[in-house]
Amino acid sequence: MLSGVLHQIMSGIATGGIYASVALALVMIYQATHHVNFAQGEMATFSTYITLTLINVGLPYWVAFVLAVAVSFVIGMGIERILMRPLHTAPVLSSVGVFVGLLLIVNSLSGWFFDYTIKQFPTPFPDRPMLGGYLSGHELGSTAVTLIVLLSVYGFFRYTRLGLAMRAAAFNPVSSRLVGVRVDWMLALGWGLAAAIGAVAGCMVAPIVFLDPNMMSGILLYAFAGALLGGIDNPLGAVLGGFMVGVIENLGGAYLVGTELKLSLALVIIVAVLTIRPTGLMGRKVFSRV
Amino acid sequence: MTALLEVKDLHAAYGETRVLHGISFSVQSSGVVALLGANGAGKTTTLRAICGAVRTSGTITLQGQRIDGKQTEDIVRLGVAQVPEGRGTFMELTVEENMKLGAYTRPARLATEDFPRMFDYFPRLKERFRQQAGTLSGGEQQMLAIARALLLRPKLLLLDEPSFGLAPLIVQEIFQILRRIRDEEKVGILLVEQNAAIALAFAEEAYVLETGRIVMSGTSAAIMQDEGIRRSYLGY
Repeated sequence: MLSGVLHQIMSGIATGGIYASVALALVMIYQATHHVNFAQGEMATFSTYITLTLINVGLPYWVAFVLAVAVSFVIGMGIERILMRPLHTAPVLSSVGVFVGLLLIVNSLSGWFFDYTIKQFPTPFPDRPMLGGYLSGHELGSTAVTLIVLLSVYGFFRYTRLGLAMRAAAFNPVSSRLVGVRVDWMLALGWGLAAAIGAVAGCMVAPIVFLDPNMMSGILLYAFAGALLGGIDNPLGAVLGGFMVGVIENLGGAYLVGTELKLSLALVIIVAVLTIRPTGLMGRKVFSRV
Repeated sequence: MTALLEVKDLHAAYGETRVLHGISFSVQSSGVVALLGANGAGKTTTLRAICGAVRTSGTITLQGQRIDGKQTEDIVRLGVAQVPEGRGTFMELTVEENMKLGAYTRPARLATEDFPRMFDYFPRLKERFRQQAGTLSGGEQQMLAIARALLLRPKLLLLDEPSFGLAPLIVQEIFQILRRIRDEEKVGILLVEQNAAIALAFAEEAYVLETGRIVMSGTSAAIMQDEGIRRSYLGY
């Protein structure tokens, strides 16, 4: 029994890492635009297809992976510059409309380019149990990749000048311009980074859930629940929230509601957070004096 | 010799509402000019126009180079720093990060080069260095805003009501430091103030703005002597 629980927790952490990455991508765009990018999941799916295509033309896994992440970065920046730029001062509903439209368009493009059949996606990690059988090789490897990504993103924002400028541009665009930060480019960079993180998450989850155009829709829901749980405006909170949702989902699925109803746990979390503590566990509390 | 800042026949409007109706003035390099006027006279709009944050017509030149119509970021990079209305603090970031952003346009390895000089002007910022800027008092945020602007190493410093919302003692403290900055830094200053007495004591020259037009200009001493100004703005 105990080892069963432990097993569920460990694989919960492994899937939680995926949710944490997507939650982080959501938060990055949320901080800059104050909207949730509903298309984040579909963009990640599209990136995963790019990786698969590159693998199928004969590139080694990691080369294809890095290339696809880079291409996703560029696509993300392009979406911001072309689609989102005109909406900087638009009302909320226009932005929501564009996000939903983007979701449908990217989803259809995935189906159109790569067809709707469910595809297998390779894992670069050895296919055998690890850590005394608690995790599969892929779960362990993908957790490691996720942690590397999260730590690099944290380091980038915390310790580099460009990361500081990106945070400044998200918090206070007017003052940022007055110190010479090119705010529009910072927003575009943010979109690029979010798309790149999504691409990593897509490639890491695809071997588990298989690849089809709707692969990320459930994952986006878990990620959104994680972001809300941790605090939609707090990147660190969202990452922790993502891991927590992964564990809750696995434990709940195994002992509480069964695997068929797992996704409803995400909805329960979303509703619970919004009613009980809308800022999330680590939502930003800014002290300001005037 | 070309002026540091030359504004000619400047008009500005927010949508249909016209705020400036053709004002002209100039700031010499290392000169100190005050722009006086009541609420709504167009003082802040003038500063916003210089920084390219509002639509304008007319010409604005910095050392002979046209800057009207340019993007704010590019104007800033040419050496125009603004201490904005409301101080523009990055509340979520630390004092250190706020200061680093001030030096954002400078080469990375020189970014903290001027920090000691800022601590000399504003010892309070050194004490609060690692603190979240949103927790600073109004006066400290004003100091931070001035330091942030100076860290850009500007040619022209635009100050938008540094006295706003501060207790008289703090205002005195801030202007004492501003006087040191005026005397020690090689920077032209354009000061916008409602508090005419303190502004005239600080600046060499002043312009008086009334509903978007300049109604008087001259040396601070001359304006201080003017009967009308004394009654409307100085209250004695």
